[in-house]
Amino acid sequence: MTTQPILEISNLSAGVGDKKILNGITFAMRPGEVHAIMGPNGSGKSTLAAILAGREGYEVTAGEVLYQGQNLLELAPEERARAGVFLAFQYPVEIPGVNSTYFLKSAYNELRKHHGLPELDAMEFLTLVKEKMKLLDLKEDLLKRSVNEGFSGGEKKRNEIFQMAVLEPRLAILDETDSGLDIDALKIVAAGVNKLKRADNAQLVITHYQRLLNYVVPDVVHVLCDGRIVKSGGKELALELEEKGYDWIANGEALPA
Amino acid sequence: MMPTKNNQASTETGPYWEQFERFAQDSRQPPWLRTVRQGGIARFAELGFPTLRDEDWRFTNVAPIARLPFKPAFAGPPEGLPAEVLTQFTFATLAGPRLVFVNGRFSAKLSSVAPGLGGVKLGSIAEELAGDSALLEPHLARYARTDDNAFAALNTAFFNDGALIIVPAGTTVAEPVQLLFISTAREPGATSHPRNLIIAEAGSRLTVVENYVRTADAPYLTNAVTELVVGDQAVVEHCKFQDESLEAFHIATLQVRLGRGANFIGHSIATGARLSRNNINTTLAAEGVECVLNGLYLTRRDQLADHHMIVDHAQPRCNSHEYYNGILEDRSKGVFHGRILVRPDAQKTDAKQTNKNLLLSESATIDTKPQLEIYADDVKCTHGATVGQLNDESVFYLRSRGIGPESARRMLIHAFAAEIIDRVRCAPVRAELDRLVWDRLEQNERIAVKS
Repeated sequence: MTTQPILEISNLSAGVGDKKILNGITFAMRPGEVHAIMGPNGSGKSTLAAILAGREGYEVTAGEVLYQGQNLLELAPEERARAGVFLAFQYPVEIPGVNSTYFLKSAYNELRKHHGLPELDAMEFLTLVKEKMKLLDLKEDLLKRSVNEGFSGGEKKRNEIFQMAVLEPRLAILDETDSGLDIDALKIVAAGVNKLKRADNAQLVITHYQRLLNYVVPDVVHVLCDGRIVKSGGKELALELEEKGYDWIANGEALPA
Repeated sequence: MMPTKNNQASTETGPYWEQFERFAQDSRQPPWLRTVRQGGIARFAELGFPTLRDEDWRFTNVAPIARLPFKPAFAGPPEGLPAEVLTQFTFATLAGPRLVFVNGRFSAKLSSVAPGLGGVKLGSIAEELAGDSALLEPHLARYARTDDNAFAALNTAFFNDGALIIVPAGTTVAEPVQLLFISTAREPGATSHPRNLIIAEAGSRLTVVENYVRTADAPYLTNAVTELVVGDQAVVEHCKFQDESLEAFHIATLQVRLGRGANFIGHSIATGARLSRNNINTTLAAEGVECVLNGLYLTRRDQLADHHMIVDHAQPRCNSHEYYNGILEDRSKGVFHGRILVRPDAQKTDAKQTNKNLLLSESATIDTKPQLEIYADDVKCTHGATVGQLNDESVFYLRSRGIGPESARRMLIHAFAAEIIDRVRCAPVRAELDRLVWDRLEQNERIAVKS
């Protein structure tokens, strides 16, 4: 049982309408692992994240995705979240009028209910949340504001990781969490992600640039091109990509003979 | 004498003239007011009730009002109500002075005005008129435009009471002043014409709640006019809450004149009435005014809620923001007409307007119409209107955090209302509205969580 992957993607193909985006993706993540998906724009990175989180509008044409042995694709987005899947959005949505604390407490208690645990009351939840806020160096006034409303780009990304800290997912998918962050914000976000790494969870880091991987060190790097994983390797693959650019992959030079 | 413009108008307004002649003879009033009233009835007779052919009434058909028998409240006996009745209304527990009007008439018994408000005048227009009306003469009926507003003209002709608030210069009224208008009407056409005059002199601060409620359901008419003068550097928050019977008609004009550096925020929360129309006219009459108009309409069944705004930028360097949200259910209808007028002198104007509508059923409709008239060249004016369902991206975001689709939907609908309610500055007023709107939305099975 200990070796059961948290996420097992086999031959996954998907698209929107007639447009194929993913063409037979296969990889598996075991507990304690951090994987990075790198690839140029349009390679299908964000589509993969969206399909794993259950966003509507994508059609899976082949393959399967198992999450802790269970068919992930047949679950509704909220069921996935309750089962421990978390997507840190590339573009977190502003939701005016929904108080951040209320939102996060509702989400947290949905998870508790799912696990047959009693819900936390407002005071208990506040104690928990204040603890987690320190991780991301966030100001407490954020809790009084509407979800993401008027947040800077960096605050939005930190807020995603803060939510991740509160919800403690088994599988976290970070969709271009580094985009739009300056180096200081990037370090804070990366430190947060690292502190949330445990022996029994997995983190899938999706990024265009190697930069984030200086701080969140992956066990495995997958290079995605035209909806296919064209190369997988250790963390040094990210550095090689940074040096040689995606053309190196796209032109087939990196492919095994 | 009854003038005749055309046959239709005279037939329509004839009974009003007859009533007016009776009323004018009966009521004791200063001569200056008699002239004002004469002007009102003459204007009303000339205009007649608006029809769908009037540009300002294109989407709101008041024919059902014109068809009602006209029974102005002055003709009936004053209604005695036990004090306990007050506990059933929104804002019942709101601290601060309260002036209560039953069918448009002041009830001293139900009102509570703590003494010692530092020279602040709080009372009834009728009582003031019965005494020395010199205080009223320069103000009463001097601000609200009747030239293109038949209902305001009708009010001018027939009003017999309303609230009078005068806050002396530099005075802060710490607690909100509540004006409570209770209709007890049980018969069709029963009409009250509340007339309020609120003057916040230079540098004063005031919060007013204008609250319209009822004890019975009937096709009665409330036709209110509130004139509000905000002096130089004065800070005023005005919160109108309309919760009339779903069979009733509610027409109201709020006329606001804003002095130099004045800061005004006006809220209109409309949940009641079969047909309601709020004319909100603000004149930014001097430089440096900050004006926010904020509103929420919740409609269901066959309700129609109409907000018709005029923001008149007459002077330079003024800011105005309009935020109106509507949540419409069943076959109900919303109308939003936002006119922004920037006069030639009003350089450096910053005027913004947004009207967002959430249609919760296939048959709900909204007519939204921005109207920008800009005669100055160095200005910023923006407007935007949205009509639609809940944002899919927001729903997905909430679901991706474990919140089910029904709860997500409910959360977002509440949020849509909260965007507006959150702008209410007076905390106890905001808390009360928050609770009320939450309850109203939860009453709806489309919104409430399915268990």
